[in-house]
Amino acid sequence: MIIETLCFYLFAAVTLFSAFMVISSRNPVHSVLFLILAFINSAALFLLLGAEFLAMILIIVYVGAVAVLFLFVVMMLDIDFEEMRRGFLQYLPIGALIGAVLLAELLLVLGTWAVSPEAAEMAAAPTPPVEEVSNTAALGQLLYTHYVYLFQAAGMILLVAMVGAIVLTHRTRKGVKKQNIGEQVRRRRSDAVEIKKVQPGQGI
Amino acid sequence: MTPALIPSLGPAVPEILLAVAAMALLMVGVFRGNGASNLVGWLSVAALGVAAVLTLGLPGERVLTFSNMFVVDGFARFVKVMVLMSSALAIIMSMNWLDRENINRFEYPLLVLLAALGMAMMVSANDLISLYVGLELQSLSLYVLAAIRRDSAVSTEAGIKYFVLGALASGMLLYGSSLIYGFTGTTNFDALATLFGREGYSASIGLIFGIVFLAAGLAFKVSAVPFHMWTPDVYEGAPTPVTAFFAVAPKIAALALFSRIVLGPFAEMIDQWRQIIVFLAIASMVLGAVAAIVQTNIKRLMAYSSIGHVGYALVGLAAGTEEGVRGLLIYLAIYLAMNVGAFICILAMRRKDGMTEEIRDLAGLAQTRPGMAAALAIFMFSLAGIPPLAGFFGKFYVFVAAVNAGLVGLAVIGVIASVIGAYYYLRIVKIMYFDEPAAEFEAPMSRELGIVVTAAAVFTVLFVLYPSPILDSAAVAAAALVP
Repeated sequence: MIIETLCFYLFAAVTLFSAFMVISSRNPVHSVLFLILAFINSAALFLLLGAEFLAMILIIVYVGAVAVLFLFVVMMLDIDFEEMRRGFLQYLPIGALIGAVLLAELLLVLGTWAVSPEAAEMAAAPTPPVEEVSNTAALGQLLYTHYVYLFQAAGMILLVAMVGAIVLTHRTRKGVKKQNIGEQVRRRRSDAVEIKKVQPGQGI
Repeated sequence: MTPALIPSLGPAVPEILLAVAAMALLMVGVFRGNGASNLVGWLSVAALGVAAVLTLGLPGERVLTFSNMFVVDGFARFVKVMVLMSSALAIIMSMNWLDRENINRFEYPLLVLLAALGMAMMVSANDLISLYVGLELQSLSLYVLAAIRRDSAVSTEAGIKYFVLGALASGMLLYGSSLIYGFTGTTNFDALATLFGREGYSASIGLIFGIVFLAAGLAFKVSAVPFHMWTPDVYEGAPTPVTAFFAVAPKIAALALFSRIVLGPFAEMIDQWRQIIVFLAIASMVLGAVAAIVQTNIKRLMAYSSIGHVGYALVGLAAGTEEGVRGLLIYLAIYLAMNVGAFICILAMRRKDGMTEEIRDLAGLAQTRPGMAAALAIFMFSLAGIPPLAGFFGKFYVFVAAVNAGLVGLAVIGVIASVIGAYYYLRIVKIMYFDEPAAEFEAPMSRELGIVVTAAAVFTVLFVLYPSPILDSAAVAAAALVP
């Protein structure tokens, strides 16, 4: 028990620290690396909660794909972050003002916050008991039965996103050499090799 | 946990057909290249037609499926048929245009098809999550359609503007939904309705916050004032057939969704949401009437006109009665016919050097093209709401419903706004009939469009003689929504 608590505080502290470093470090590459550290520590927090599936997804998807993509973008696009920060102080007062207003509003709402009795009673999420199935299986059961409609609909949305990206950005460029496997396989020796008799001392 | 049952697919057959057709046509397009765009276009129209027929064949009573996330009732059927019809018309309207502008892209009809799928899902949503998913499917397709002329700066700008503001609206809608979920513990419309219907249930501030955010997100999608800022720019920048699509089908679907939400789960909280809708209606009607007066571009004018018409439709919703919903549905059906007709005429405004969109280009149309001028005049008179044309009856039924629900002030403001609005509709008629002719337009519209525009004009004129099919089916649909 005490070890669990210690682990929690360790991971939580590292997460907070690295999240802070993401926004404060000067070198954008360092920012991305700290972001990865934050992701891994959050994954550890998920593990402590018993949500092993989410923990692994966080590492595979966010660290493995998203963060690496960020890293590529940061390295390939030579963005001058100092330049972007220059206007920061200028907009600080108005930004702070809007932030303060929003905070005040949120506090007003949260001040009257009470967990409504209905929330607990209506929330009959059909999750199977944790003791019986692993949470990967539980998620799968929910996703492919109860929420199958939404799952398919989300698939259609991704299809639209893909079609849209291609419609708006794809251009057929001239002079691009494309691989045609059929042609490569059909190729015979006679298409590629020609035997020339070269007389000595004459060249071709 | 009980063993999962396979959900009943019957009620969702039109949607499944649309999804499968979209994927199959995507394959056709990919393998046959852009040369197949006409084929894909007609097949999409056929798919939409078959889906509409299947929708009509669904049982009339209320059916739930997919863990109560999807509902089919008389209301959904009526609205879906309108949405599918206007999407099919949008594809037909675009085909000739796509050829002439050399935008030979098979993705265009496909995106309309996918948007129609999203709209059908919105209309059948019975859960906050399925609402959002349908809305997002529709919006994403529309963003791409707005920017489909990617070489033109205005079209790209329209797409980006629509996308950024639309994303903001989706954010508000999601925030509202999460608040509602947080305060009730459920996202299902039926469960919400039972919860609010309990004795002595009083809504907390947080829940009302949620409803306000949800309404703001939906108001953006129907472009009601004060969430209308994007409409004129997007309508002007997007290619004309896309504008014609935007002005009809998405508005019908979003208004239907709006009615389903406020009259379904939140029916008991009418005092809370009615003030929002009344405000949206008044602001939209007034702004739509006043701001359109100074426009010189006909697409911008139609944008303000559509803002105004959303205001009139919301009057029916503000009534919150069965009669009000019936008025809203009649209004939408008539609006569909008038707007499709008017936009076909706008599409035919073409000179040698390309499309023209200025109102003054219509000058003297009555002498150069008497048929088109007569049709456009009919639609303008009808949009202005002058009896005995169909547009008058649309307004009449919503105002009567508002008066019967005790909202006399709202109805009076609506009448005043439509008198102001009549000015700019009639100005177009005046320009066409009494001004010196401007240069003539190029070749007349294609045969298909000629048929559609004639049908729309005949509907608009003769609605007064034989209104019962629309009135009766709208009444059945409204009865399904308001118990």
